[in-house]
Amino acid sequence: MDELLVPLLSTLGATLRVATPLILCAMAGLVSERSGVIDIGLEGKMLAAAFSAAAMAAVSGSAWAGLGAGILTAVMLSGVHGFACITHKGDQVVSGVAINILVSGLTIVLGMAWFQRGGQTPQLPPEARFMPVWLGHNLMVYFALGLVPLVAWVLGGTRFGLRLRAVGENPQAVDTAGISVEGLRYRAVLIGGVLTGIAGTYLAIAQNAGFSRDMSAGQGYIALAAMIFGKWRPWPTLGACLMFGLLDAVAIRLQGVAIAGIGEVPVQLVQALPYALTVILLAGFIGKAVAPRAIGVPYVKDRT
Amino acid sequence: MAALAAEPPAGIVPPAVSLIGIDKRFGAVHANRAVDLTIARGSIAGIVGENGAGKSTLMSILYGFYAADAGEIRIRGRPVSIRNSSDAIALGIGMVHQHFMLVDTFTVLENVMLGAEGGAVLAAGLRAGRATLERLERDYGLGVDPDALVGDLPVGAQQRVEILKALYRGAEILILDEPTGVLTPAETEQLFRILRTLKARGTTVILITHKLREIMAVTDRVVVMRAGAVVAERDTAATTIEELAELMVGRKVRLDFAIAPCRPGPVLLKAEHLRVRDGRGVVRLDEVSFELRAGEIVGVAGVSGNGQTELLEVLSGIRPLESGRLTVGDRVVTAEAPADPAAMRALGLAHVPEDRHRLGLVTAFAATESSVLGYQRDPAYVRGPFSDQPAMSRHCAGVMERYDVRPRDPKLRSAGFSGGNQQKLILGRELNREPKILLAGQPTRGLDIGAIEFVHRRLIERRDAGCAVLLVSVELEEILSLSDRILVMCGGRIAGQLDRAEADERKIGLLMAGAQGTAQAA
Repeated sequence: MDELLVPLLSTLGATLRVATPLILCAMAGLVSERSGVIDIGLEGKMLAAAFSAAAMAAVSGSAWAGLGAGILTAVMLSGVHGFACITHKGDQVVSGVAINILVSGLTIVLGMAWFQRGGQTPQLPPEARFMPVWLGHNLMVYFALGLVPLVAWVLGGTRFGLRLRAVGENPQAVDTAGISVEGLRYRAVLIGGVLTGIAGTYLAIAQNAGFSRDMSAGQGYIALAAMIFGKWRPWPTLGACLMFGLLDAVAIRLQGVAIAGIGEVPVQLVQALPYALTVILLAGFIGKAVAPRAIGVPYVKDRT
Repeated sequence: MAALAAEPPAGIVPPAVSLIGIDKRFGAVHANRAVDLTIARGSIAGIVGENGAGKSTLMSILYGFYAADAGEIRIRGRPVSIRNSSDAIALGIGMVHQHFMLVDTFTVLENVMLGAEGGAVLAAGLRAGRATLERLERDYGLGVDPDALVGDLPVGAQQRVEILKALYRGAEILILDEPTGVLTPAETEQLFRILRTLKARGTTVILITHKLREIMAVTDRVVVMRAGAVVAERDTAATTIEELAELMVGRKVRLDFAIAPCRPGPVLLKAEHLRVRDGRGVVRLDEVSFELRAGEIVGVAGVSGNGQTELLEVLSGIRPLESGRLTVGDRVVTAEAPADPAAMRALGLAHVPEDRHRLGLVTAFAATESSVLGYQRDPAYVRGPFSDQPAMSRHCAGVMERYDVRPRDPKLRSAGFSGGNQQKLILGRELNREPKILLAGQPTRGLDIGAIEFVHRRLIERRDAGCAVLLVSVELEEILSLSDRILVMCGGRIAGQLDRAEADERKIGLLMAGAQGTAQAA
């Protein structure tokens, strides 16, 4: 019995651990994109937050200071994204990609300059990390799980959520109702910044004991895929995040394991599954994922 | 209202709206020139003018969408400053825009509440909002279900949602911008009934339109604008359509020129049981069959979005058929043997598309290039593997001359021409080849009366020269004045066919609204 139950439970636990940054990032992307701003910079913001959190925790010895630094960094990058795309009507994909590239290089440069460890931050002691508090999971895991119903309620049950959904569908309707389109989008993008900041912090000082170069490893993109998979809705997105988390956990378990009749499964294959699944399923198995109508389009008052 | 600081003497009601010296420029365009305007409380006022006369700009200033460069606005006698739409809403001004400001994925209730939710948490506000909507429904009888998804509603109902939105916010002054462009005649009648009810209950209504008959039907007073300035004000009862048209254009206009009787020749285009689905799998054209003969104009009437666009796309080779058979000359087009636009052009079919910016020309291209679009491979414009710029330029200059495109500058970007001149350029390009079949989609949409007259004359000219013309238009007057035969489309089907002699607005209106369709279904 135990031979079956223990690996199962540990795989489920691992799923949750792996899915946490996905959930946080996917919710960040969801809030931003429902307001009409494409958030392809999730990856970069998370990586930047991971670096800041680890650096701050290493210097101050406080996990909470690390969290604060992580959030601040991601919010600042979100502000840059907002300034480029909302205030100056720039291309949202270009701005997001620029953030990703910038962060990928900058974290390594700063890491080398500050810590002289080839881009890594020093190994953190337990006091400077978020350690498990209940059932082997840390606070952030529970925060991520609690975030989903919160986002669902905010979107569906509050004034802010109603306006947010409206601005992503038809910003002109919002403008003519006397509400600021830019203000709403800034708020959405900055909320996304807070959540990606928490996600990055989780990567660096909860899941791991320090920052290592490019440690986000594409999870920002997987979160984006999960959000599209979930059709920009919180609960289905959670489902997608958990599924991708499970695949990842299984991939780790399958490392070096030979399966009868097949032989050793290449890890790369399992790792590629989330992307492959997204493409295949979006291509027709789960119906069309309809993005918010005004997504990616800067709002410019019409002259007529 | 009770707390008005300077309540005027008893017996004198201050006007609902006074605009004094409103001036507005957009770069080089002087959109409003020192406009003075007063609108009496509880009246229906019409503002008429050609496109670009500045009516929409003026109303956008009143609604806080733009700030005026100079001038003063008084609401109920008090000077006010309207910096944005929420200021306007707070002053009791509501606006129904030409393009509806609605969120398709929201319910009617959610749309109405947007911006006036009554609290950070929706639940209580939604309950109160529902109660208010029920009261408004009793008072005005707009007939809109609060829980319907706006995207599922017909345009007429969507427009009533816009009116509800304004009333919900306590609008006492309601501006409607070209409200009837998308409505069937019956829906227009219903709208006018609602406007009269609003007036009876003390609401001031401002109606912006270029349709003079509607002005005559529903307004008390009419203001005529031309080139950004108010050129005349009249009591509706004391003026005529002819006088208003002349004031709008600044000269006498005749759209009802004599048309020689039609002498139909052989069938040039035959459509049999055409059926088309869109990208989402919705059937957009179904069982569409008709013939088009040389030397006749066949008008296609209908509320926009009832399959006319798809029909033009199929006939011009842009969209493939799902089933059915299209015969042009001796070429047969079916789902198995599709044609592309180049193939259709080669058969002598020319297309003036509905959406001239998207399909008619490339706005970033010079007029020269736009003037050969679709014919750019023609040997006349090609030298070896390259395009022959001088030949294209000469061609463009010729088209500009014959079709009165102004300014006559072949190097000017297509976007730099006014709508009317862009349309003349397209018309020139397509008619220059003396096509055997001409598809004309909304050829006068957004054009001023002078340009409309020009386009109409050219269409008649081609018809008399033996061309088969299919005229798709949502303007019933245009259909009635030009067509030899009229097809009415409703829900992707041909709801009925009328001869010129038997057609009138009422009959077409019934078919447009699907009266025939329901009768057949029953």
